[in-house]
Amino acid sequence: MSTFRLDVVTPNRHFFSEEVEMVIIRGTEGDLGILKGHYPMVTQLGIARLKIKQAGEWREAAISSGYAEVKENYTMIVTDSAEWPDEIDIDRAEAAMQRAKDRMKHGPTDLDLVRAEAALRRAITRIDVAKRDH
Amino acid sequence: MAANTRDIKSRIKSVNSTMKITKAMELVASAKLRKSRSQLERTRPYSLAVIESIQEILASSGKIKHPFLDAREVKKRLFIVLAADRGLCGGYNTNINKLVESQVTDPSSVKLLIVGNKARNYFTRRNYDIVDSFSGISEAPIFSDAKHIGEVALDLFKRGEVDEVNVVYTHFKSTISYDPKVLKLLPAESLKEDAQKDKRQALIEYEPSPEVVLGYLVPKYVFGAIYGALIESSASEQGARRVAMESATDNAKDIIKDLDLLKNRARQAAITQEISEIVSGANALK
Repeated sequence: MSTFRLDVVTPNRHFFSEEVEMVIIRGTEGDLGILKGHYPMVTQLGIARLKIKQAGEWREAAISSGYAEVKENYTMIVTDSAEWPDEIDIDRAEAAMQRAKDRMKHGPTDLDLVRAEAALRRAITRIDVAKRDH
Repeated sequence: MAANTRDIKSRIKSVNSTMKITKAMELVASAKLRKSRSQLERTRPYSLAVIESIQEILASSGKIKHPFLDAREVKKRLFIVLAADRGLCGGYNTNINKLVESQVTDPSSVKLLIVGNKARNYFTRRNYDIVDSFSGISEAPIFSDAKHIGEVALDLFKRGEVDEVNVVYTHFKSTISYDPKVLKLLPAESLKEDAQKDKRQALIEYEPSPEVVLGYLVPKYVFGAIYGALIESSASEQGARRVAMESATDNAKDIIKDLDLLKNRARQAAITQEISEIVSGANALK
């Protein structure tokens, strides 16, 4: 299968930079599968799982919001944070999930609610990605 | 005479213990400097990627309007000042404070967002309008710090309380040279100008729309730029401290050398005097 280059950058590190066969991202309008020669586009990304296919094998990572820039034979994902399953601290994610749920129940302002929702989604994504791997 | 040698001895002792402290601080600063520099290397791809994406969008859809990109009449300016929490780092803090003051003609037309106790104390004494100040982050900044500062700045800009956002930081050129600098973040006209020079008319699809994507990217650019500036500043701070402590250690060594000489001289003088006293005493008995 033909491959293209995928770069994932976060403020803290250059997370990934390798040739891949396919990548699946969660855009604003739903999941997008990207192969070599995809139409050039830029899309915002949701807090979700990132799936990467290399040599027939799928790998997964948890990313929090960001955007993806797709070109014919190059794709770049810029995100606030990215983690492989073995880097995720499940206990911490579960604690964060609980905290976010509590805050949504008692959240006094809209802003807090939006933040709590984002935190909840990040926690759920992390737990999801980490558990699937084990 | 004996009292004099004792004085000198105690001074040597105190200079020696000061030297131990400066030496230790030098070592700590160089370890921290190494950490900050590797952080700097890891952050650069992110900032570059965001700036490049914004310029591409602006180049491919030139007529786009966005409040963050267009200049308006400047009545109030916001300065985000990045300095250190602690001193003992040579001219590092002073250079930043002076640069801010040189930018300001009328203190009532500026607002400040300050990172670092030293700069906060300085500008509080001079009655500047400080919106908020942060301590404890200048040494090891993390992205959420930058995001928090950036959100405050964006909010002020959106509500029209300030018409310009600048960040004042220390650019890290090499381990021994640093440059205090001012970088204008908003409105981001310079990005627009650079984009127009670069006429790559690629057909790119934006999901959901170029405006939305741009509205998402500009804050990312602001956070990324602040984060980059925080890290540059923290590397510069450690570098400046290391150099300052190195010269302090050297000075202490020089002082000890001089004091040693004085001590030996005093000891010799005391011996000589004692001998001459004994000799003259023996002569008197004859």
